[in-house]
Amino acid sequence: MPPFDAEILARLQFAFTVSFHILFPTLTIGLAGFLVFFEARYLRSHDEAWLVLYRFWVKIFALTFGMGVVSGLVLSYQFGTNWSEWSRVTGPALGPLIGFEVLTAFFLEAGFLGIMLFGWQKVGPRLHFLATCLVATGTAISAFWILAANSWMQTPAGATIIEGQYVVDDWLAVIFNPSFPWRLLHMTTASYLTTALVVSGISAFYLLNGSNREVARRAFSAGMWGVLVLAPLQIFLGDQHGLNTLEHQPIKIAAMEGNWETRGGVPFHIFAMPDQKEQRNRLEISIPYGSSLILRHDPDGVVPGLKDVPVEDQPPVGIVFWSFRVMVGLGFLFLALGLWGAWARWRGTLYEATWLKRLAVLLTPAGFVATLAGWFVTEVGRQPYTVYGVMRTEDSFSPSVTGASIATTLVLFLIVYGGLFGAYLYYLTKLVRRGPDPLTARETEAKPEAIRGARPGLVVPAE
Amino acid sequence: METLAIISGAVIGVAILMYVVLDGFDLGVGILFPFAPDEGARDTMINSVAPVWDGNETWLILGGGGLLVFFPIAYSIALPAFYIPVMAMLFALIFRGVTFEFRHQAHTSTHLWNRSFFWGSLIAAFMQGVLLGALVQGVEVEGVRYAGGMFDWLTPFSILTGIGVVVGYGLLGATWLIYKTEGQVQDWARSSATVLGGGTLIAMAAVSVMTPLLRPAIADRWFGGINILYLSPIPLLTLTLAVSLFWSIFSKRELLPFLSSIGLFVLGFSGIAISLYPNIIPPSVAVWDAVAPRSSIIFALVGVAVVLPMVLLYTVYAYSVFHGKASEHGGYAHHDHE
Repeated sequence: MPPFDAEILARLQFAFTVSFHILFPTLTIGLAGFLVFFEARYLRSHDEAWLVLYRFWVKIFALTFGMGVVSGLVLSYQFGTNWSEWSRVTGPALGPLIGFEVLTAFFLEAGFLGIMLFGWQKVGPRLHFLATCLVATGTAISAFWILAANSWMQTPAGATIIEGQYVVDDWLAVIFNPSFPWRLLHMTTASYLTTALVVSGISAFYLLNGSNREVARRAFSAGMWGVLVLAPLQIFLGDQHGLNTLEHQPIKIAAMEGNWETRGGVPFHIFAMPDQKEQRNRLEISIPYGSSLILRHDPDGVVPGLKDVPVEDQPPVGIVFWSFRVMVGLGFLFLALGLWGAWARWRGTLYEATWLKRLAVLLTPAGFVATLAGWFVTEVGRQPYTVYGVMRTEDSFSPSVTGASIATTLVLFLIVYGGLFGAYLYYLTKLVRRGPDPLTARETEAKPEAIRGARPGLVVPAE
Repeated sequence: METLAIISGAVIGVAILMYVVLDGFDLGVGILFPFAPDEGARDTMINSVAPVWDGNETWLILGGGGLLVFFPIAYSIALPAFYIPVMAMLFALIFRGVTFEFRHQAHTSTHLWNRSFFWGSLIAAFMQGVLLGALVQGVEVEGVRYAGGMFDWLTPFSILTGIGVVVGYGLLGATWLIYKTEGQVQDWARSSATVLGGGTLIAMAAVSVMTPLLRPAIADRWFGGINILYLSPIPLLTLTLAVSLFWSIFSKRELLPFLSSIGLFVLGFSGIAISLYPNIIPPSVAVWDAVAPRSSIIFALVGVAVVLPMVLLYTVYAYSVFHGKASEHGGYAHHDHE
């Protein structure tokens, strides 16, 4: 096989465009929830700081949402341009899930996003709040359908291939396929945790340089509560998701653990260089019985090994192994941040602890890294299949599309997405540097109760 | 199964028509962007579509997603066949789409995003027209796979339809602006609409003459037997709408020019549907050859029947919230207006 044939190029292109895309929904799913919280606090307390906070974060939401929309549209056509065989075979099972995503989520988000962004003076506060809630609901529904589709490719159920196409006999089995519930919970929590880290990080930045203290305190508090609750929850969900994978995709687990032989008493490798050619690891640093204990809760528990299947049926072990360690390592770092925040809060120094705020600033983008690493584990770990155990990746791409065309569009994607990401970060930085805008005099006059309701200096913890 | 296939085809047709009309006017506004009288006019123009463009573009995802749902075979033939124009359209739509947020944040680089908005809208519109022409002229298929080359889509006919759609979207954009703006911008939109209205009619005529020449089957559909009698309302209605378009522009109506332009698009679209029926990938793949298994169609159609009316309802509501004239400062909440 030549090193750069159409299949490899199509895979690289899809890996790049889908990884780029997922960054934006990861933030918008979680941020929509935070915006609901901010606006609800404002409506209940009439404390202007919450409104200022809402208006600041809604701009970041809009910027990010726009990037998600344009990069997501690409995917819905790329399935066909680059993966036409996959589209024809799986379309009858996966098409309706994607169709329902468009119908029940994308239209809802798009319909009410306009009101959320531009409707302040056009609709009343309650209707505006409803729009925010509906956009947040839309992002959650979108996650539901697309993760059902993705999970079905990992653990297909409810359909059989008849005359070269999947025919579904049980839709509930397709949607609620074995890996779906854990993947949905794991990814939704990842979104909220990533957002909590972004909100904490940017607020910590304001607290460190002494600007926008009033609103930054509220957001920092809310963000740190989020990290405290979500980081341990995410570790628990990840563990459960792993056990589910052990049951349904044992070879993926073998790659995550870097374990070659199926046996008991398997150590957990903290470090190793998996060598797929030699079918063994180099430079292992391990905790004895670790892997057996984690996966079987028993030091002698049997852990599946990669050699159970021939080399051509194994996923690329190195990527899966290392992505998994990046994800887990960051997960425990987030847990540490959450606990440190709780300790500081208990001692009453949440807003003063300089090193805590510095760590929060440092970890601002870390949730995205962990989320991407997690997706690398699950998607690369599914290889060499697009539909696990059934349809191979080499049988999925478009046979009529030339390598040259895919190479050209890949280069264009790299340039265009690179440029756009630069512009996105530039405008994001600009928004953050400018900080939240105070309300205009007219808005403050219009709501005298808002002034009475404002309680400067009072720290409102986010329940 | 034949009935289900035809219903499915109708659903896709409606989704694409909704897309063409709704995103058509947004893209048209983008195509007119560099010709606007001044920067203030451009702010007004972009504000007139900013709250609704995302919902409009969602119909394109429904069209693509719907094709995968109802006709996975057609989806897997058409997209590799139209690889280059589809990719070009997607890149163009990216540049168009990000402009809404980036231009709003920009101070010194506004001109850069103005260009991104114009070229993105122009190329997306042109490629959509090319896709239309490439589909109408036919696609080489063997079994269930595309059998042609990477450039089969590129012909004089597809370039003509590409230009036609650019001019037509321009007309939709100009008449939308007549409805949504006032004063100097509205006057400019009126004179643009007059020119683009003429261009659209010429393009429609050219495509109508050339389409029956592509394949005897299409000529037979229109002129065989007494078909021309049944189908005569289409050219007659087109003529009526053309008169209504120019009359309403000259007599300074505000909404009627936009409605007349939409009517022209609906008729042009029906004309193409009549030429192609029952093929989804002409000349050889009929809707019932490409339709998904029954269980998928039923599941999806139930979803469409339940959810789509709600979508239409709140889309109308979202439009009604932003009724009335757009202004230069229609953007975010911190701008005080009204």
